[in-house]
Amino acid sequence: MSRKPDLKNGRVDLSHGSGGRAMAQLIAGIFQPAFDNDWLRAGNDQAVAEMPPGRLALTTDGYVISPIFFPGGDIGSLAVHGTINDIAMSGARPLYLTASFILEEGFPLADLKRIADSMGAASRAAGVPVVAGDTKVVERGKADGVFIATAGVGIVPEGLVLSGDRARPGDAVIVSGSMGDHGVAVMASRENLQFETSLVSDSAALHGLVARMVEAAGPHLRLMRDPTRGGLAATLNEIAHQSRVGVRIREQAVPVKAEVAAACELLGLDPLHVANEGKLLAVVAAEAAEGLVAAMRADPFGREAAIVGEIVADDHCFVQMTTAFGGQRIVDWLSGEQLPRIC
Amino acid sequence: MKYVDEYRDGDLARGLAGAIARAARPGALYRFMEFCGGHTHAISRYGVEDLLPDNVRMIHGPGCPVCVLPVGRIDDAIKLAARPEVTLCTYADVMRVPASGGQSLMKAKAAGADIRMVYSTLDALRIAEAEPGRTVIFFAIGFETTTPPTAMAIMAAEKKGLKNFLVFCNHVLTPAAIRAILASEGGDGVALDGFVGPAHVSTVIGTRAYGAFARDYRKPVVIAGFEPLDVMQAILMLIEQVNDGRHEVENQYIRAVTDEGNVKAQDLTGRIFEVRESFEWRGLGQVADSALRLRETYARYDAERVCEVRTVPAADNPACECGAILRGVKKPTDCKLFGTVCTPENPMGSCMVSSEGSCAAHWTYGRFRDGATTKKARA
Repeated sequence: MSRKPDLKNGRVDLSHGSGGRAMAQLIAGIFQPAFDNDWLRAGNDQAVAEMPPGRLALTTDGYVISPIFFPGGDIGSLAVHGTINDIAMSGARPLYLTASFILEEGFPLADLKRIADSMGAASRAAGVPVVAGDTKVVERGKADGVFIATAGVGIVPEGLVLSGDRARPGDAVIVSGSMGDHGVAVMASRENLQFETSLVSDSAALHGLVARMVEAAGPHLRLMRDPTRGGLAATLNEIAHQSRVGVRIREQAVPVKAEVAAACELLGLDPLHVANEGKLLAVVAAEAAEGLVAAMRADPFGREAAIVGEIVADDHCFVQMTTAFGGQRIVDWLSGEQLPRIC
Repeated sequence: MKYVDEYRDGDLARGLAGAIARAARPGALYRFMEFCGGHTHAISRYGVEDLLPDNVRMIHGPGCPVCVLPVGRIDDAIKLAARPEVTLCTYADVMRVPASGGQSLMKAKAAGADIRMVYSTLDALRIAEAEPGRTVIFFAIGFETTTPPTAMAIMAAEKKGLKNFLVFCNHVLTPAAIRAILASEGGDGVALDGFVGPAHVSTVIGTRAYGAFARDYRKPVVIAGFEPLDVMQAILMLIEQVNDGRHEVENQYIRAVTDEGNVKAQDLTGRIFEVRESFEWRGLGQVADSALRLRETYARYDAERVCEVRTVPAADNPACECGAILRGVKKPTDCKLFGTVCTPENPMGSCMVSSEGSCAAHWTYGRFRDGATTKKARA
């Protein structure tokens, strides 16, 4: 007969994924209190929920970040924010999340509880409940502590169509704030990169900001995207190719924190390639751009919103930047791997 | 960012561009080689060429440590990593350099070899300490700048009494390579009117190291920092030397480079390493007195001796123009692989691998200048 999980000194063992009593106790001891809601309390294998009318937005994402805890967040809050943001970038209001945990044998239960609590707090703060979940345990060495996969659903407001292929020459390109905070904060917390910074990850749920943007610019909005892995550079290149257009940005217009610029300088990175987890990029018809920026700046996650460039006609789909120095250069996709397991 | 933005100031750049345009005589041609990949990168990244008149041309040199490493030595590293007891530690740039038979360290790692990317020699040393059961080999590459840290790691290993730390030494020497390029002028070499001299390398070896070339080959050398304004100022100084018929070693990078260089680093390097009679460089072939190996006294840290490495020279992809590009004889766009089958994601030659390589720099930052020629890739 297994005992209640020891949340202070206990560790995940294979019985926690067996489907037996130990697993039930793990769920009752850690996940239920963290995510507490009617759907989970019902104890079914699925959540059954009402959906408002409209088009459905669905997404799924895996989180394998290392280290699990980093300045400004942890794998749990990141797994909530990241999936909410993927839903929100369609203009949708996120409604529900699900979470799947893959745990490595030996993982401390105290850390698991800390992650689940952080996830629960992030989900409550966002108003998007985690309504279903799953736990699996793999033998020691077959995973690295904990991996989390979350899925989300949301509803797109009537008449709103945002898509990466909708950018048109003349449109304005807007970012919601400073680039590269998450990537540099995570790098700084890695053991083998010994530099210290006061920087914290920007990990945040952006659906509140998105709702303001939809209200302010509505049909003038062409698309939104959160520049995570590969940074702003990757996102701009994706859009250029999806929409078959070019993008021209001005280096001096792109917000980058001094600490991020300094760390990138030291490590030989380009801030435009560094991941963000609480920023978005929007393309909007030029006439609505100023109004949209003003609306974004009224939101806590959009205070540094800025127009950084525009969409142009370009058969090569080049993303080009006027450097602060006065020259021109391409802003390319990152090649190779800058930093594995950034999210 | 203080002490950085000052060297990237757009207004100062326009002022210098005006001075360069006034100094460059119409009808004259100014062909300057920037030896270092760091300069190549800065020129491309900041768009320095947009600010130069048409008759001032920058020719990219071989100063990219990853680029000049010959295929045979990458093959050696892969063979070392394949040994079950070996953990090979390497800088990330080298991982994707194409080796023989379509191999690379990245592919060898995926196939199960214990290859770890490190940020410094000390990381490798820490792994050796933490895992005494492994033979940890540090894949040492680079010019005079990266040599002292390798020397320091060997000293530290000796002090700690580590018996499982080895160095696979591929450190190369800048002056020998410059001499090889100048010696080939007139033959199959590139015609040059002056050199932008290395930045970081010069902090170690000092300005004196260049006096002989300036004198023997009658070429001006201006040592420059890696910031774009440094490069532009050095170009102006080179133009003035050419106009005056001078061929001197001048130091634009006085905030970091002295005449004698870093004597402490030189001493340390000299204590651990000795000059090889000859070493193969990609593009330049065998170059006399151009590389270092561990001295006999430190043979027990030398992977080449301990693991009995016998380098087998291996040919580059025959269609790849890296060799000619590294000598400055050809430009990236002269290579028919450039931007078609050879891109940073799928490099066929080393110049497309490192961010300091001419091909990677031009592809990543400058290919919009080529018009339709690069459209094929990425479509």
